[in-house]
Amino acid sequence: MTFILQFSLSFLSSAAFGIIANIPRRALWTSGFTGAIGWIIYFYLRQSFNSIALSNFAAAFIIGCLSIFFSKKQKMPMIIFYIPSLVPLVPGGPSYEAVRAFVLGDSNVGSEKLMFVVTTAISIVGGLLMTSLVEQIINKRIRARKN
Amino acid sequence: MEKADGLLIDTCLLAGRIMMESGSEVYRVEDTMNRIAVNANEPNSNSYVTATGIFMGLKSSHYTQIENVGERMINLEKVEAVNQLSREFAEKKVALTTLYKELKRIDKDTPEFPMMVQLFSAAFLSAFLMLLFGGSWMNFIPTFLIGGIGFLVKSSVKRNFELRFFDTFLTSFVIGTLAFFFTKTSLAVSFDFMCIGAVMPLVPGVAITTSLRDILAGHLVSGLVRGTEAIIVATSIALGIACVLFIFGGLLP
Repeated sequence: MTFILQFSLSFLSSAAFGIIANIPRRALWTSGFTGAIGWIIYFYLRQSFNSIALSNFAAAFIIGCLSIFFSKKQKMPMIIFYIPSLVPLVPGGPSYEAVRAFVLGDSNVGSEKLMFVVTTAISIVGGLLMTSLVEQIINKRIRARKN
Repeated sequence: MEKADGLLIDTCLLAGRIMMESGSEVYRVEDTMNRIAVNANEPNSNSYVTATGIFMGLKSSHYTQIENVGERMINLEKVEAVNQLSREFAEKKVALTTLYKELKRIDKDTPEFPMMVQLFSAAFLSAFLMLLFGGSWMNFIPTFLIGGIGFLVKSSVKRNFELRFFDTFLTSFVIGTLAFFFTKTSLAVSFDFMCIGAVMPLVPGVAITTSLRDILAGHLVSGLVRGTEAIIVATSIALGIACVLFIFGGLLP
């Protein structure tokens, strides 16, 4: 039950952000799906390991891989798929909490939350970069086989 | 010959500007520009792309042209359209003159989703994310309303006034006030979750991700430009909410 709820909510949020970012219509389903898979991986890894860095990294990595797959399949730039998919992962909540803590004068909690935001952002970008590494390795293999 | 070179540079710069304004990454813009040049039999071209200006020169001629990048926003349909066109150009399906005309058309009227659809998706996005982040179903309808009103405020301020960053400040102030109103009248239970959800359509998450990617790919100037812009947007959202907290903070349950 949790799985279905989390899956459909993240699917719908990614697709909704896709509409705001004006992605091509035929990419709406696939980017929603990418977002849902990414969020599910984040959600369960977060529950079982309780590590922000690991769960965000893995989710971003999978999102990147799926984006490459769909971009090859639908012949569209990869950016169309990963931007809406990352929306549930982007640390909007913690940054809000950080601001709230700073405004209300609790700078200890504020800096803790800020650290959380920085860790999340860096792990997401790290995961995405790892995908381009994988892509380059695969491309080299393909080229080597062709020659 | 000279004339054709001019058209080629103009086409490349236009393609670059459209992509940059729509939120593409720097390496993709450079790649597309150089590819158009190569496909127009001009293998030695040089482009220097930053988030605020694009420079392009051909080794065979003496002049370089500059294009200013105005506003940076997200419109991924345009990125896709330019990509598609440059692919067709590479396959020799379209000529350079048609490519230029088509790019002009993309720049002016790329189909967008109707305003109502965008409004509803912003509202639903707020409500769904509020639930995903752990808020309760009690907040669903208020968050939906606040998210929709926030999007409406933002787009109307943006359309009518030339105030960068002020639109996000005003929007988040409105969001905070409405969230306070709903909590105070017990129509919703958690002020924080509603604010987080409703603010999400404004949050510059995309800009932060692309900026970090640009920086790590070695495009330091563009990365810093976009990063700075994202930080200013984030700060103006934070200031809007902070004002609400300053004014009503003591009254929150």
